[in-house]
Amino acid sequence: MPRHTPASSPIFTAMSDHDHHHDHDHSELSETELRVRALETILTEKGYVEPAALDAIIQAYETRIGPHNGAQVVAKAWTDPAFKKALLEDGTKAVGTLGHVSRVGDHLVVVENTPDRHNMVVCTLCSCYPWEMLGLPPVWYKAAPYRSRAVKDPRGVLADFGVTLPKETEIRVWDSTAETRFLVLPMRPEGTEGWSEAQLADLVTRDSMIGTGFPKEPGAPS
Amino acid sequence: MNGVHDMGGMDGFGKVEPEPNEPMFHADWEARVMAMVRAMGAAGAFNIDTSRYYRETLPPHVYLASSYYKKWLLGLEELLLEKGFIAKEEVAAGHAVQPPKPLKHGKFALDDVERVMVRGKFGRAASAPAKFKPGDKVRAKNIHPLTHTRLPRYVRGHVGVVERDHGCHVFPDSAAMEAGENPQWLYTVVFAGPELWGPESDPTVKISVDAFEPYLEPA
Repeated sequence: MPRHTPASSPIFTAMSDHDHHHDHDHSELSETELRVRALETILTEKGYVEPAALDAIIQAYETRIGPHNGAQVVAKAWTDPAFKKALLEDGTKAVGTLGHVSRVGDHLVVVENTPDRHNMVVCTLCSCYPWEMLGLPPVWYKAAPYRSRAVKDPRGVLADFGVTLPKETEIRVWDSTAETRFLVLPMRPEGTEGWSEAQLADLVTRDSMIGTGFPKEPGAPS
Repeated sequence: MNGVHDMGGMDGFGKVEPEPNEPMFHADWEARVMAMVRAMGAAGAFNIDTSRYYRETLPPHVYLASSYYKKWLLGLEELLLEKGFIAKEEVAAGHAVQPPKPLKHGKFALDDVERVMVRGKFGRAASAPAKFKPGDKVRAKNIHPLTHTRLPRYVRGHVGVVERDHGCHVFPDSAAMEAGENPQWLYTVVFAGPELWGPESDPTVKISVDAFEPYLEPA
């Protein structure tokens, strides 16, 4: 099947060796910045995109869509057994019943941590992540160390996060290789009996919903 | 394709280094790139599988040495050039010099933003019954397509168990090449750690992938 030959393409010739390993290098950043501006100018002048629409996409991720969405879902599941059951059966449908949470696309799969089983989510091939529940993924989630090791040495990866599990606990790694998206339902911390959903949501961390961390303990500094 | 993007099980990349209080973007241009990719995809310039394929076909040394959004930028430029939405002289000039190519869904405007905030739908009607059901033993085929695929190398040739049936979905291997949606049954298939990583590996680990039916055979 004919396809481009990237190595000979002019857009790569701009990347000389000095660019490598220096993502934060000033000159490299400037070159990239200019290139991004040029591309946006071209797309705008050609009438493909409205810059204001790009601003609005960015703003939505900066203000509305983030781990607080997932945290609300988790807190609800911790307090409402019927919701939890529905959530584990069909994540998309259950989240869709919560009007105040971000709308969610199809095929959200929620997987529950138990004393016997710990779930962890990765995308070894790229960066698939439940954006609507957790916002944009952190750099480490998209980078080679996590993507390469999560499926082969999950306990080692957890150790990088300072997380240790009992050695008999089953670890289940979900590689997001299709358009299904996975959200971990962490275990509710002890000592939170009678807490409201809002109080509980404050304990739910992003990493606890990826499976690389636990929720905060009651009374821990936020 | 057996590219460097297919990282599962590779060694030597070092420790995972979470960044405390990580900002959403590390530079303004990253945000612009993210938004341009979302917008041009929503406008119909490409589908999600094609955009992934263009990032995967970056030269390995470029892929490994580029930050995440740099890869998005390089893949986007290359894709738009190849599909004729932009021209090389425009990239060089930093301005439009040719007439636009029509977009399937037209210009991406402010009114379209809410639409991209919810993921697209990838489930499709089935045209044939499912070959497998939860509980079935299956082997991930030993296949090595030269183009886009979502079957990672580390499971190929190995035996697992079907755990979930997700219905029929757009088949990325076809969609990436703009060869149609060609919907296929999709299953979660679970592998025991030692099946993938050898008898010395941690027996408490299980790994699943979501595998399309053409990736699987009975075992």
